Amino acid sequence: MSKPEKFFDENGLRLDGRRVDEIRPMKIEVGVLSRADGSCYLEWGNNKVLAGVFGPRELHPRRMQRPDTAIVRYRYNMAAFSVEDRIRPGPNRRSTEISKVSREAFEPVVLTHLYPSAVIDVFAEVLQADAGTRTAAINAAAIALADAGIPMKGLVSACAVGKVDGKLVLDLGKDEDNYGDADLPVAMTQDGDVTLIQMDGNFTQDEFKEAMELVKVGCKQILEIQREALKGKFSQSETEEIENEAVIEAPAPEVEKAENEKVVETEDDEMVEVETEDDETVEVETEDDETVEVETEDDETVEVETEDDETVEVETEDDETVEVETYDEEVVETEIIETEEDNENVGNVVMEDDENDKEPDENIDEDIGKGETNE
Amino acid sequence: MNKKIVIPGQFISNNVKNAGSGTYIDDGKVYSLLYGILNDKKRINVLPFSGKYIPSRNDLVIGTVIVVTPSNWIFELGSAYDGLLHVSEFPRRVDSAQMRGIMNVGDSVIIRIKDVNTAMKVELTMRERGLRAINYGRIITIMPTKVPRLIGHSGSMITMLQKETNCEIFVGQNGRVWINGKDNDMDRLGKAIDIISRNSNVSGLTEMVFKFFRNENDVDTVVSTSAEDADDTQANDTEEKVPEDTSRKIDMLLDPEDE
Repeated sequence: MSKPEKFFDENGLRLDGRRVDEIRPMKIEVGVLSRADGSCYLEWGNNKVLAGVFGPRELHPRRMQRPDTAIVRYRYNMAAFSVEDRIRPGPNRRSTEISKVSREAFEPVVLTHLYPSAVIDVFAEVLQADAGTRTAAINAAAIALADAGIPMKGLVSACAVGKVDGKLVLDLGKDEDNYGDADLPVAMTQDGDVTLIQMDGNFTQDEFKEAMELVKVGCKQILEIQREALKGKFSQSETEEIENEAVIEAPAPEVEKAENEKVVETEDDEMVEVETEDDETVEVETEDDETVEVETEDDETVEVETEDDETVEVETEDDETVEVETYDEEVVETEIIETEEDNENVGNVVMEDDENDKEPDENIDEDIGKGETNE
Repeated sequence: MNKKIVIPGQFISNNVKNAGSGTYIDDGKVYSLLYGILNDKKRINVLPFSGKYIPSRNDLVIGTVIVVTPSNWIFELGSAYDGLLHVSEFPRRVDSAQMRGIMNVGDSVIIRIKDVNTAMKVELTMRERGLRAINYGRIITIMPTKVPRLIGHSGSMITMLQKETNCEIFVGQNGRVWINGKDNDMDRLGKAIDIISRNSNVSGLTEMVFKFFRNENDVDTVVSTSAEDADDTQANDTEEKVPEDTSRKIDMLLDPEDE
């Protein structure tokens, strides 16, 4: 392959049709290896990575043991067939370096002190490479560690940002990586603390700042995919037990899937602010059937502008308290409730300008909510 | 009801006082440390889906001899740490020449953890009634984190399993389960244990397993009346009641679980 003539088409889309701030599609399978204590197979664009975690287990050679803590061994390896020109198998300068920085990327999150003198082995095998394999390997390893039951303060998500034709792009593809001007792989915790950062090429200071903002968003998206993958694992294994499924009585609401609805009625050109407690997707439905999906971060406020006399429906993914704020600083806090019949929660909050905080029917809902959550 | 699955770093609660095992506190908020099931009935605990056994004092486990030294048996416990059984912790006086004759490499033993020090040196003891080498029956390995579910709330699950299969069961804290009974009973019990370990995130598990036996019994009565296996593994000793007691003791020790 040679350098492409241009990296962007007339619409500003990239070689593979992505926007500049779009990551490649990611597919994750958890627990694919039966011998490993935890494992994960991850596809990210054309990258294919398999991660396996063993341990905590006894560490040999014994001289490497630390009496106060476990050590983490991380092996990043590219299969000989992972690239077009066969690479010589075995560790090399590049893979040794990547193993080292990747291991350190997990240091702040893994609670190694719980397993003195033991070792946690992480193996990340790149089966097919297409730019950004170290970040793909870290994403897979984070899930494999969780799957192995290793205590961690959070997952680690990694993503690269780069520069091609003087333009910043998220999650470089192969040509962008090979013929671009800069590549900046970053791994971070859920709090946005950077645990790995490397750079190839040059950024100006401003570009660097902008790149960090871009990659932060990318890592957040990946974290969400990782979470979904982990939560999805067990809903699958339940379906295997079809015959026994019927035994579970009491049509209990599924916490994960239950969609909680909330209706806010606004009087006139009013702004509705929805505050959520955790990162989650909030679906905001306006009356003319426009659905706006807003993804929130921790404790973030989402602002939705409404038109005259419009009903705003707010759907959250989790049951929790949703704070609805109108622009004139009235705050209504409603506990979301689940109705037993249809797993759907409808709390009606009627808001009017210059009125008091709570409407009577909203209070009723709250009472019902308390009764039912106690079950 | 399916229980809530949490993943490492997931926000659980603002109630710092109730934070229990499998959680950590950061900036006045409780987060999960593990990938597992949330249990916030009383204290906030996260029961992981998987994880290695960590030896702790007074646990009853099933170990396998890996080394015999002149004064110690060294046991593999399914953990990162091996256990040491000194000859003096064997119920009677043993000469070092006889040690291999009593328990040799590869033998499995029901054993108690006497002490674990900070360097994770695990000392074992057999000076207690009911602790002995296992030379019949079967050993099934499950995830140690699923032991509480196998025992059930105040032993409900294990009692039901014993009643339904007429097998003796001993559950070691390290996830090794010793069972003994007729061959086809043990097969059924093995299946039941498999169901339990695969569905530990589901409520009403005891009922589910009970139903499993009921459905199977229908088939059983038709098919296996002819299969009257005379079973030679069934060694009939009276002290076999002990495993039940010990499993009860385990039950007292943990079980934050279930309703």
